[in-house]
Amino acid sequence: MLRFLLEKEFKQLLRNAFIPRLILFMPVMILLVLPWAANQEIRDLRLSVVDNDHSTFSGRLIRKAVASGYFRLADVSASDEEALQAVESGKADIILNIEPGFETNLVREGAAKVMVSANAVNSMKGGLGSYYLSSILNDYAVELRKEAGLQAGGKIAPVITLASQGRFNPHLDYKVFMIPALVVMLLTILGGFLPALNIVGEKETGTIEQINVTPVNKFVFILAKLIPYWVTGFVVLTICILIAAGGYGLVPKGNLAVLYLFAAIYVLSVSGLGLVISNHSNTLQQAMFVMWFFTLIFVLMSGLFTPITSMPDWAQAITAINPLRYFVEVMRMIYLKGSSLSDLLPHLLVLAAFALFCSLWAVLSYRKNS
Amino acid sequence: MPAVQLRNISKSYGNLRALDSISFDVRRGEIFGLIGPDGAGKTTLFRILTTLLLADNGEAAVDGLDVVKDYRAIRNRIGYMPGKFSLYPDLTVEENLKFFATVFHTTVEANYDLVREIYQQIEPFRKRRAGKLSGGMKQKLALSCALIHKPSILFLDEPTTGVDPVSRKEFWGILRHLKEQGITILVSTPYMDEATRCDRIALIREGKLLQIDTPRRMTEQFTESLWGVRSNRMYPLLTDLRAYPEVKTCFTFGEFHHITVKADFAEEKLERYLQERGHREIMLRTLVPTIEDYYMQIAQTDTL
Repeated sequence: MLRFLLEKEFKQLLRNAFIPRLILFMPVMILLVLPWAANQEIRDLRLSVVDNDHSTFSGRLIRKAVASGYFRLADVSASDEEALQAVESGKADIILNIEPGFETNLVREGAAKVMVSANAVNSMKGGLGSYYLSSILNDYAVELRKEAGLQAGGKIAPVITLASQGRFNPHLDYKVFMIPALVVMLLTILGGFLPALNIVGEKETGTIEQINVTPVNKFVFILAKLIPYWVTGFVVLTICILIAAGGYGLVPKGNLAVLYLFAAIYVLSVSGLGLVISNHSNTLQQAMFVMWFFTLIFVLMSGLFTPITSMPDWAQAITAINPLRYFVEVMRMIYLKGSSLSDLLPHLLVLAAFALFCSLWAVLSYRKNS
Repeated sequence: MPAVQLRNISKSYGNLRALDSISFDVRRGEIFGLIGPDGAGKTTLFRILTTLLLADNGEAAVDGLDVVKDYRAIRNRIGYMPGKFSLYPDLTVEENLKFFATVFHTTVEANYDLVREIYQQIEPFRKRRAGKLSGGMKQKLALSCALIHKPSILFLDEPTTGVDPVSRKEFWGILRHLKEQGITILVSTPYMDEATRCDRIALIREGKLLQIDTPRRMTEQFTESLWGVRSNRMYPLLTDLRAYPEVKTCFTFGEFHHITVKADFAEEKLERYLQERGHREIMLRTLVPTIEDYYMQIAQTDTL
């Protein structure tokens, strides 16, 4: 029985003029475009300089800031007011104001002042910009102190230099961080939306009436609806892995089989959820909007774009019932850390519970009569 | 044991009483017609009998099985053709038939005899997707699919709605053949002219059962004298006829207005009256009552 139902589902899926293409096109599109676009690294901040000193020391500071790669010299102003105007008109993001007598003060008194003002409309950009600029200033101060110490004849002031190393993503490449999570997003969209539209689609064409008078068991019926999306999930995942490897040279450090195992369990839970929504909806619009609502919340509360640890406690508590959150963690752990199945056991249990819950709910919420 | 038994079946949707304590039996091997206008509760009744909907009150049995307790067993024994075309439009004719055979644990070959007559007509298009068939062909395919598991009772909800007159006639011919093969058929239709093709009919309106009998006996019960009237101005004619004291009822029936009249009715007097009212090309003739006349009559008395 299941075989015939599956045969029918696959025939319908493949005959659809649009969906098979979407399944191929969407991963390619998202993985080729989004890692570049959904990038939160701050680079090329436009720097406006107010150099009131025009000395060797101030010139060196400016060159150092620009050489860091984080800043681009966009504007040189004579006064702070002028520089602010540049910020207001959108020509500059951050101002570096060097006081008159910068060099003299440094040499004579060992201290000089600079002012950093950043446009904080985008708080992340402003915050990171001023953070980068102050670390450049610190760096510069250390350099100067070292030189001064050498000239004074060996009396080097104690200096602590920090050498930080990013583990698992040594170049702090944002793309490497995003790709595994984007794969999760894709599986959620394709694995969730397609089933959400399926049963309600049968309701709209009226075929559900015809099925409901047959002796088909509802468990078998739901299973026949789930399996095609399961297979679709594998296809999408394979395409994603190939694109990540071919396009970005990103291969999972961990075991590929573990990756597929998790994907299998995860797709089962989102497809289950999709079917639950489909069962409770009367029209395609309803199903679409409800699924959209859940997907949006799941994606934004999954740690995909913003770290969960920086969310308030209540929001963190909500993420505990978000299957996406666990799968995003799993993907990053397998891809970047090379975590093994035993490391991921807690995740496995939670996701399996979600999958079981959603599929059972899908079966129970499907009613052959009303 | 009757094929279908209903006892005081009621169903409401909110405040709307869709079915109001309906009771009747359908005998084995007969074509039983449910006749009533749109919104009479025909589809609700079908959905209850096909185990798709639970009644609020009352009991119903199909093939001797309770529609609530034994719904599983019922689903194996009935064929249902919903009013709306409900086959997979993206599967071919052949695939639809095969699919419905397999979900009923049978094969097309095993019951081919039953559907041959109907299916042969659409067989030339067996590779065509069901969604691309014409109305009459869709209906034949739907009937084939409802029959392919050799049901003992067939439920057809407005099978001829939206089908051309030739196909409609053909369709009723097919139903006769199915009846000869021992299948009980419960069919609903809003077309009163199709009622005469049933063995027995039930007239329903606004969820209430008005009458059950054979079509012949129903028309025989129509004891009024019935006339058809037409003129060059049909709409004013209706109001004029209704205003005429010797006319009891007057309804539009296409070409003619049908009137029932009191005992002292005289043909010439009415003709004169209408001429005075400016009607020309007046035609007046006696009519043999149809089911529709009867329906209008009892629907009328029911309201009063």
